Amino acid sequence: MFTGSSPFADYVDATFLLIVGISSLVLLGLVVAMIYFLFRYSRKRNPHPTNIEGNVPLEVAWTVIPLVLFMGMFYMGWEGYSRMSEVPDNAVPIHVTARMWTWTFEYPNGLQTDTLFVPVQQPIKLSLTSMDVNHSMYIPAFRIKKDVIPNRTNVMWFSTPEPRSYDIACAEYCGLRHAYMYTKVVAMTPEAFDQWYRARSAKASKDYAPLRSAAPAR
Amino acid sequence: MTQAAAHTLPGGRGFYDEPGRHTGIRGWIFSTDHKRIGLLYLGSMSVFFLTALTLGVLMRLEMLSPGKTIVEPQTYNTFFTLHGIMMIFLFIIPGLPAVFGNFLLPIMIGAKDVFFPRLNLLSWWLFMIGGLLALASVFFPGGAADTGWTFYVPYSVRTSTNVLPALIAAFILGFSSILTGLNFVTTIHRMRAPGMDWFRMPLFVWSLYATAWIQILATPIVGITLLLVAVERMFGVGIFDPALGGDPVLFQHLFWIYSHPAVYIMVLPGLGVVSEILPVFARRTIFGYKFIAYSSLAIAFLGSLVWAHHMFTVGMSNTGMFVFSLLTFLVSIPSAIKVFNWIATLYKGSIALEPPLLFILSFIIQFSIGGFTGLMLGALAVNIHVQDTYFVVGHFHYVMFGGTGFGLFAAMHYWFPKMFGRMYKKGPAVVAWALTTLGFNMLYFPFLILGYMGMPRRYYDYLPEYQSVHVVATVGSWVLALGVIILIVNLLVSLRRGAIAPANPWGGKTLEWTVPSPPPMENFDTIPTVTTGPYDYSEYEQRSAEHP
Repeated sequence: MFTGSSPFADYVDATFLLIVGISSLVLLGLVVAMIYFLFRYSRKRNPHPTNIEGNVPLEVAWTVIPLVLFMGMFYMGWEGYSRMSEVPDNAVPIHVTARMWTWTFEYPNGLQTDTLFVPVQQPIKLSLTSMDVNHSMYIPAFRIKKDVIPNRTNVMWFSTPEPRSYDIACAEYCGLRHAYMYTKVVAMTPEAFDQWYRARSAKASKDYAPLRSAAPAR
Repeated sequence: MTQAAAHTLPGGRGFYDEPGRHTGIRGWIFSTDHKRIGLLYLGSMSVFFLTALTLGVLMRLEMLSPGKTIVEPQTYNTFFTLHGIMMIFLFIIPGLPAVFGNFLLPIMIGAKDVFFPRLNLLSWWLFMIGGLLALASVFFPGGAADTGWTFYVPYSVRTSTNVLPALIAAFILGFSSILTGLNFVTTIHRMRAPGMDWFRMPLFVWSLYATAWIQILATPIVGITLLLVAVERMFGVGIFDPALGGDPVLFQHLFWIYSHPAVYIMVLPGLGVVSEILPVFARRTIFGYKFIAYSSLAIAFLGSLVWAHHMFTVGMSNTGMFVFSLLTFLVSIPSAIKVFNWIATLYKGSIALEPPLLFILSFIIQFSIGGFTGLMLGALAVNIHVQDTYFVVGHFHYVMFGGTGFGLFAAMHYWFPKMFGRMYKKGPAVVAWALTTLGFNMLYFPFLILGYMGMPRRYYDYLPEYQSVHVVATVGSWVLALGVIILIVNLLVSLRRGAIAPANPWGGKTLEWTVPSPPPMENFDTIPTVTTGPYDYSEYEQRSAEHP
């Protein structure tokens, strides 16, 4: 549904589906074995049980095989997270402030909006902080999320290829209107974004400088 | 009701006949008999469970459609807070140890009572004081707490609702849990019958032992943490409150250092119940006894080291993320070992599909799904997406309800004849099993889908695209509730009308089946001497030519 919507979406989905696939196979094996045993060794068919105390090679097998599989899953998860944590040098910084129950986005020139407008393809670095309680900035389509905590600046980044909009939700319970703390991230073509950014900056009497060049100092 | 039932038993009414120094209700609430205390917990916990279950059903009803369905947002927020606090602190943490541990642990190891009977009674009193305080806080001016059961700071120091009574209630309940753990560890070390060496102990006892250590070691941390939140609310000293220079993330670390091990307090005894019930109905010894016993200890140990996996989105260092994710995958191994050994225990058994076993089979599958979803949550990249969504809610209900809850249902149906001296009707029990299993999966599997779709948890309202899945879950909650009602009614009716239970209706080999149902005061006329392991079913084997 959101294929390629962020640099992470496909990877997260692939990791998820891989674990779902392995889990489904193992679960299927467990259920089939269980049902077969219930049927084959019912008291009617098998009145005399055999007491098998255990089997060390089997125990080793079902300790080591899951261990290997789990380490593979761990590595995939770690690898995907590493990509999320490495912010590209050319990312444009945008400051995000959360308060009960709204989001504010502040661009390098001081322009503030309540919806996140970004140019496509451009890496965006979000610096997150809260004015009151804990929130969490969640863009489901991009598969990213980071808690927004008072007295602390957390960082999250993304870029997105298509000019369209996606939901931003608050994922950390923050009181009465937590469920309504939604806004949008709107990706625009570079030209459309420039036009918007120039116009909005002028309206808010902020200096205009194009966003797409290397990150301006703040 | 239990007393009334007991009076009609023709062949001896066991400990029900001997209330001790007091009579009537005081013969119960001041009794130091471990069996009476176990039943006190059963009665009081059932009330808390049904209250919290009702809240859960109401929450699902609210989720039937977007926008307001039955209640306002503030009410909904108190619903999920109370549902969580009651289910966790008043039902599933005391759960199996307080009811079945108390009733059965001394009998299973061949003892007359626990090591500290009076401390045991005190534990129940603390439990009641904490539980009633939590309930009463709903009616204090200011309204019920709306923080979620996790009491996350700063919201919990900001909200004007009654967080303080809830915190103090949880603190008191913590002491009840610590004292029960202390009692069980001491009892297991000091009161085993002659010949009952460590590897002849029933596996339920092993799981209680591992659980008790976590209760003793981890619970004080949450006690202190919740007390500090109370201090912060009253005096504003600036430990956790960022407005005063405190650190809200510190609270989360301290909270989860307890609350992650606490999920093993909740689930380990359930795992023990599975290991206990499977061999009886498969009529063969458990597969891999030592591996199952040691895996309980491994879970207790590794489970103490993984708390920060609840906080992967909080902004931790990459080193922290790496270590906590790795340890999380490691703690899955002992659980996997248990599941494989359970399935292997059915191999070449002689299996009778009685109600306790049916609940156990549901447990194994649902606990496995809980474990698999745990792997998905343990993988960092996936965790970032599904953290704080319905996926997490689905995951822990699979482990807690699909696991421990069904373990409790299984335990009820397995030990009911022993506790009350009566059998229950099999037909309604099977119907209850089918409905609870169907309803449970219909309710919680959609949660996993909703979560991956991106629906955050603790949401009063939701986007229209989630509605169809929510409707399925809500209908599931009705099926589940119906199953639970049938289950409880069947057992309640059987208290009076059930057929008289023999001492050993299932052919169990552990010591509780060697005493009458219900057991007499002080359990044993003479303390037994144990000569075999707990699951010795060799008498049923086919005698071969060489070994006639």
